[in-house]
Amino acid sequence: MNMKEKPVMDLESVLNKLESSEGKQYWRSLDELAQGEGFQEMIQREFPRQAAEWTDPVTRRRFLTLMSASLALAGLSGCRPPGGKIVPNIKDPDGVIPGKSMFFATAMPLAGYGTGLLAESNQGRPTKIEGNVDHPASLGATDVFAQASVLGLYDPDREAGLTYVGKPKSWDDLVANLKAELTKLPKGKGFYLLTETITSPSLVHQIENELLKDYPEVTWVQHEPAASDNGIAGLTTAFGSALQPLYSVEKADVILSFDADLLGRGPAHLRYTREFSKRRDLEKLDSMTRLYVVESTLTNTGVKADHRLALRAMEIERMAYLVAFHLKIEGVAKPKGLSADAHFWAEVVADDLSTKGKGTTLVIVGDEQPESVHVIVAAINDKLGNIGKTVSYIDPVHARAGERSKSLRSLVDDMNAGKVKALFILNANPVYSAGADLGFKAAFDKVPQRYRMGLFHDETSRLCHWHIPDSHFLESWGDVRAFDGTATVIQPLIAPLYFGHNFQELLGGLSSRPNRDTSAIVKDFWKNWYEAPAQTALRSSVPFEKFFRKSLHDGLVEGTRALTKLVKLQVEAVASTIKKFEASSEWKEGSKDNLEITFRPDESVFDGRFANNGWLLEMPKSTTKITWDNAAIMSYQTALDLGVSLNTEKRPELTDGVYRSPAKSYGFTGGEHGRAYVDTIKLTIQGRDLVLPVWVVPGHPDNSINVQLGYGRERAGKVGTRDVGADVYKLRTSSEPWYALGLKAVTTGKQHVLACTQSHHYMEGRHLVRSGTVEGTKEDPNWVEAMGSGGEHDEHAGHDHKPGEHKHEEHKHEEHGKTSLSLLPEAVSEKYAYKQHKWGMIINLTTCTGCTACVVACQAENNIPVVGKMEVTRGREMHWIRIDRYFEGNPLKANSLKAHYQPIPCMQCENAPCEQVCPVAATVHSYDGLNDMVYNRCVGTRYCSNNCPYKVRRFNFLQYTDYASVSMKMVNNPEVTVRSRGVMEKCTYCVQRIRAAEIEAEKRGKLKAERENRDLDRAKDCQINDGEIVTACQAACPAEAIIFGDLVDPNSRIAKLQKKVAKMNYSILEELNTRPRTTYLAEVRNPNPKLETTGKGHG
Amino acid sequence: MATEVSKKGPDLRPDPQPPMVGGNHTFGTMTEKITDVIFAATPKGWIVGFAIAFMILQVLLVSLTYLIYEGIGIWGVNIPVGWGFDIVNFVWWIGIGHAGTLISAILLLFNQTWRTSINRFAEAMTLFAVACAGIYPLAHMGRPWFAYWLLPYPNTMQLWPQFRSPLEWDVFAVSTYFSVSLMYWYIGLVPDFASVRDRAPNQLLRMIYGILSLGWRGGSMHWHRYETAYLMLAGLSTPLVLSVHTIISFDFAVANLPGWHATIFPPYFVAGAVYSGFAMVINLAVPIRHFYGMKDFITDKHLDNMAKIMLATGLMVFYGYGVEAFMAYYSANEFERDLMMKNRVFGPYGYFYFALIFCNGLMPQVLWFQRVRSNEAALFVISLVVNVGMWLERFVILMSLQRDFLPSSWGQYSPTFWDISTYIGTFGLFLSLLFLFCRVLPMISIAEMKHLLPESHVHSHKDSHDHSDSAHGGSH
Repeated sequence: MNMKEKPVMDLESVLNKLESSEGKQYWRSLDELAQGEGFQEMIQREFPRQAAEWTDPVTRRRFLTLMSASLALAGLSGCRPPGGKIVPNIKDPDGVIPGKSMFFATAMPLAGYGTGLLAESNQGRPTKIEGNVDHPASLGATDVFAQASVLGLYDPDREAGLTYVGKPKSWDDLVANLKAELTKLPKGKGFYLLTETITSPSLVHQIENELLKDYPEVTWVQHEPAASDNGIAGLTTAFGSALQPLYSVEKADVILSFDADLLGRGPAHLRYTREFSKRRDLEKLDSMTRLYVVESTLTNTGVKADHRLALRAMEIERMAYLVAFHLKIEGVAKPKGLSADAHFWAEVVADDLSTKGKGTTLVIVGDEQPESVHVIVAAINDKLGNIGKTVSYIDPVHARAGERSKSLRSLVDDMNAGKVKALFILNANPVYSAGADLGFKAAFDKVPQRYRMGLFHDETSRLCHWHIPDSHFLESWGDVRAFDGTATVIQPLIAPLYFGHNFQELLGGLSSRPNRDTSAIVKDFWKNWYEAPAQTALRSSVPFEKFFRKSLHDGLVEGTRALTKLVKLQVEAVASTIKKFEASSEWKEGSKDNLEITFRPDESVFDGRFANNGWLLEMPKSTTKITWDNAAIMSYQTALDLGVSLNTEKRPELTDGVYRSPAKSYGFTGGEHGRAYVDTIKLTIQGRDLVLPVWVVPGHPDNSINVQLGYGRERAGKVGTRDVGADVYKLRTSSEPWYALGLKAVTTGKQHVLACTQSHHYMEGRHLVRSGTVEGTKEDPNWVEAMGSGGEHDEHAGHDHKPGEHKHEEHKHEEHGKTSLSLLPEAVSEKYAYKQHKWGMIINLTTCTGCTACVVACQAENNIPVVGKMEVTRGREMHWIRIDRYFEGNPLKANSLKAHYQPIPCMQCENAPCEQVCPVAATVHSYDGLNDMVYNRCVGTRYCSNNCPYKVRRFNFLQYTDYASVSMKMVNNPEVTVRSRGVMEKCTYCVQRIRAAEIEAEKRGKLKAERENRDLDRAKDCQINDGEIVTACQAACPAEAIIFGDLVDPNSRIAKLQKKVAKMNYSILEELNTRPRTTYLAEVRNPNPKLETTGKGHG
Repeated sequence: MATEVSKKGPDLRPDPQPPMVGGNHTFGTMTEKITDVIFAATPKGWIVGFAIAFMILQVLLVSLTYLIYEGIGIWGVNIPVGWGFDIVNFVWWIGIGHAGTLISAILLLFNQTWRTSINRFAEAMTLFAVACAGIYPLAHMGRPWFAYWLLPYPNTMQLWPQFRSPLEWDVFAVSTYFSVSLMYWYIGLVPDFASVRDRAPNQLLRMIYGILSLGWRGGSMHWHRYETAYLMLAGLSTPLVLSVHTIISFDFAVANLPGWHATIFPPYFVAGAVYSGFAMVINLAVPIRHFYGMKDFITDKHLDNMAKIMLATGLMVFYGYGVEAFMAYYSANEFERDLMMKNRVFGPYGYFYFALIFCNGLMPQVLWFQRVRSNEAALFVISLVVNVGMWLERFVILMSLQRDFLPSSWGQYSPTFWDISTYIGTFGLFLSLLFLFCRVLPMISIAEMKHLLPESHVHSHKDSHDHSDSAHGGSH
């Protein structure tokens, strides 16, 4: 890049021009500027497109230094209030208090569906996302994508220029051009609009009732690579109309899932996780729900299952019919094929489902499964009386439901036929994600006019005449509907950073009322909605302005939730589907020459849209713990069959009933923490091939390979472009988007380095995750403590232990009922007991689903840097909380698998090993018991980390924090120190939030004392209420598995919990006498005794 | 008393043993022989050797400069292995630095007069090794520019170091050891500086060595004070020999990490340090006596004695390995057992453990044979192997970090280019200093060597107080 030459126009003149220009919307004036040639040349220079080695931190830093000029430009529009009036959610809206953050309700659309959020704004900079408690899809929790969205907002790679064949154009040019194009075509015939899934009521209204009214021949096409319409199609068959299911997970005593990742994915997974965790309450063991999962790849739901059956994706249909057969659904014959295990399994599950009361069970199916599975599952739910109880149906929330999967194909046909005269693409990236069989790219060339509106100048934009920068959801108005139809008005928190525009503004410009900004368009829509006859009841109570204000404040529009529909099973249609299944199905055994390939959206980059987000890329995926890559996931047996070398000289050994890695192995997949050298494999299907690294996951069905979408982007930005995974869309067809047979796999003989934060699979017989069963707990309530009392115990202790088997230590620690290892008598230490506060945390392993939201939330809250793939391979990732994952069972038998998640933050030990060895007292105990890290004092000997048995300390081996780029400064939380090179850091229990709450409490106390005209009594007046302090990980957790609070206060939730489920409460490595503050609640499952006893053998 | 040294010295030497000074040396020839090295024209071999050493020293300087510029991340250290080559080499160099003081102080107190011909360069070696070692604790910090925070000094932050930390004890142990060793070495040099001064061919050298000799005139008062001071420093140094490595072993033993947390560490570390120290002395003595023709002063008997000490300390170290393994088994502690089996013996660096057992445990057993002990070349090779073995020992101990309590954070360590270059670079520093030492300082203690000559014992039985005066008269 040529940075030395002086740009034709410099920043100063841009600033001068901007300052002299008037008007509310500063970025508008930039468009006027943009008409000057000099500006564009500057933009061209300042936004070089050369890919840098982002994965290498050293090169990255150097690159960022060079980039700083362009980022200064980005910061130009950074701290200006957004246009229109926005309403804060919690705090007093009368003016901003400097240094004080405010929260605004908004929502994040993902694949069309919204999750309600509260965005924290620090003087106009959104820095952190929290969930909106009132929103049905959030209930206060968030997922990783929402947490990482702030980083996406500030992404310096977002394209900032509106261009026509590379030349700068203004917004008005664009509108004029589009108008001319549309009028040129008769009624808009030949003009195609390609969008992603849209649920936004105002946008749907604009397209359907404005654009399509003015130009009725315009064709609207939707493309959503990570979504499927199979469910809607199936329900259309089953019930006669297009429907979408809603589940009441909380009401279900038994849940059976067919390849549905209930807890890990989908627009409602946060809600379902919350509901599920409510039914996995350790205090109510008797009413614990039971989860059966049949799945084709290991998901978070599968890990939490009480019984999990791994089947190839194509076998699951058969399994569903087998269960239906045992449930005696009319017309279903016993299907052929499937293993004896599966047959037994189906029988037991069917028995369990049918013996429970009507309407107390729930059978669900993933959208990736074909139509006929949805039909039979609907029939099963009908038979079990679940409809209207645990499952209900609503009209599909997204526009033109059922068309998505077919419409892209018809678009390509039209393009090839020359019917498409102009194509406007909103956000979708079909050049990358269309699927290998469509030939989208070739057909695309035949379109004379191509428009692209998107956040990035990506693969699709590169082939388009026009590129229009889109605005991020945090910087634009809009609205979106949640899974249940509830609408949220999206409020912007910041004016567009990269001169982005909004599509709705563009549509407004094309309409008969052109000069409205998006806020007016959205408000107009809701005004019309409000004035419609259906809202009579609402209207009588509040005027619109107040209603709209309240909607903005609450983050949802009252009265928009979809009404459940009364449905009736179409018996004949179901019967004919069953017949069709019976007729069509011939049983195909899987083999290594005829493998199955399954496609899933990625946990980190989804369908590829987050491919430039460092937080997500560096997030260890929940079961594989891989970062910065995707891989071909297969079972241990399949890997052996294919001749993949496993870096293991011996297979895992079974000793004392526990699988352990043999001394020499590295845990049996790759290497260890950080670096994993794995074989690569060439996958070939229908003449297309792709090379991917192999990753073995126990519990994956044999002869099936799972691959994840979204990697191998050619133009994602500097972070996600080079060497970040492989593009599996090259193997994926639009006719078989989720699984396909006929895959061949051949090892290439080459190796690939994966950055994996935990490749060790086994607990090595240590009692880190203590896992048991409901039955076992009833038999022996003391099993958790017994497990930890040292020596070797069976991992299955929960159900194997007999009552009275263990000797309990005589000396009890008064506090937790734990054995005291201290030489000091408790009476003496009582003298030094914490009087005011004693913060503690409990992590509930029974409910944790390993979703990793806590990891990203912590990263966002605590300014944790991204270190890049190279540094992760060196074992230097910086996450303050990590989720350990352990496997249990025979790796050669997928169905014997049990996996465990264990989130590990700092234990905040009372008797902290790190504190004792720091030579400069840089880590010390605070008065309220925190294990404080004093960055300023740290000289970086790393002794504390060596001596930490939990290895939770993280060290800045290099200058990881990005000081160079302006936008990275903007994303930082001003309440948290930004760490420099050479300094140790670790989880602080979000000490900034604790101190903020203390200040608030003191203010409250002083005010109270003043009002009552008396002296301040600190102890009494300045009380912090329980629940007032919520750590970032806790706030994000959809399962409410993290509980934080004051252990001194007997009425706090945590103290009560410790008392109520004391027998389930344990600390890890307690024998080291570290006395951790972070303790765990044991993992308790509710397996079916019938499967548990007989299931052991067939495993 | 100093006088007793000279009085009892010869009595301790049974006749059949080979003499500690070979050839037919007098006071004069001895002084000449040793000081001539300083005044002679620079040998070509020295120039080549020094040039190479100096080049290697530049590797150290470049490595350290880049380290400070870029950060500790250029090394292979990570989480969980927070310490790698840095601490391995620190402990290794410190261990080497043990022989010098042991030879000069403990053997002096035990009246082992054979020590005199090797003590000077052994002490120099100690100082240089400690200097090499001293680089690491500073350089391995994340922010080495704040290293002085480890010193207890009054400051505006009103902060003191944290005295419970073994790293803090290290600061005192190593700095005390270095300063006492330096003082001890210097005091021992004073009479020799005077000898050099007296024989110096030009004014400049006379002035330099004159200043260094602190006005030494060889008066009886001088000798009296010198010997008193020397003995007192010997007394001071003796516990230091034990304390330094004991405290360095605390860096590990105090931590709760399996593989580190062991009570055997202090004695086992001290034995290991003496072991590697003597190996290094042999490694230096063999070439020095060869190239400088000092076989008369550093005799085969010396090598034999040193080999015996090596054998003894080697057996202690070997016992230590056995105890470690036994305790891991006998404690029934699953973490210790797994550490031993899954990491140390059969882990990723398992072959290092077997190499260690070979280098330190098995191979040195050949020293039981007199023929091996009297073979210069064999001793040189064995000493090299022992030094490698002792390096492996520290490496194996450090690598306990790889697999500790939670298998989720088990990880591996591999050194980077910069780890290795820093290590190689320290050899540059060590050798450069040694070359300079050989060139400008009397590498063998002239004054003390004279005690070993029959000349010095003429009057010894008559009047011990006169003795020192006359004994050293020849040096003037």
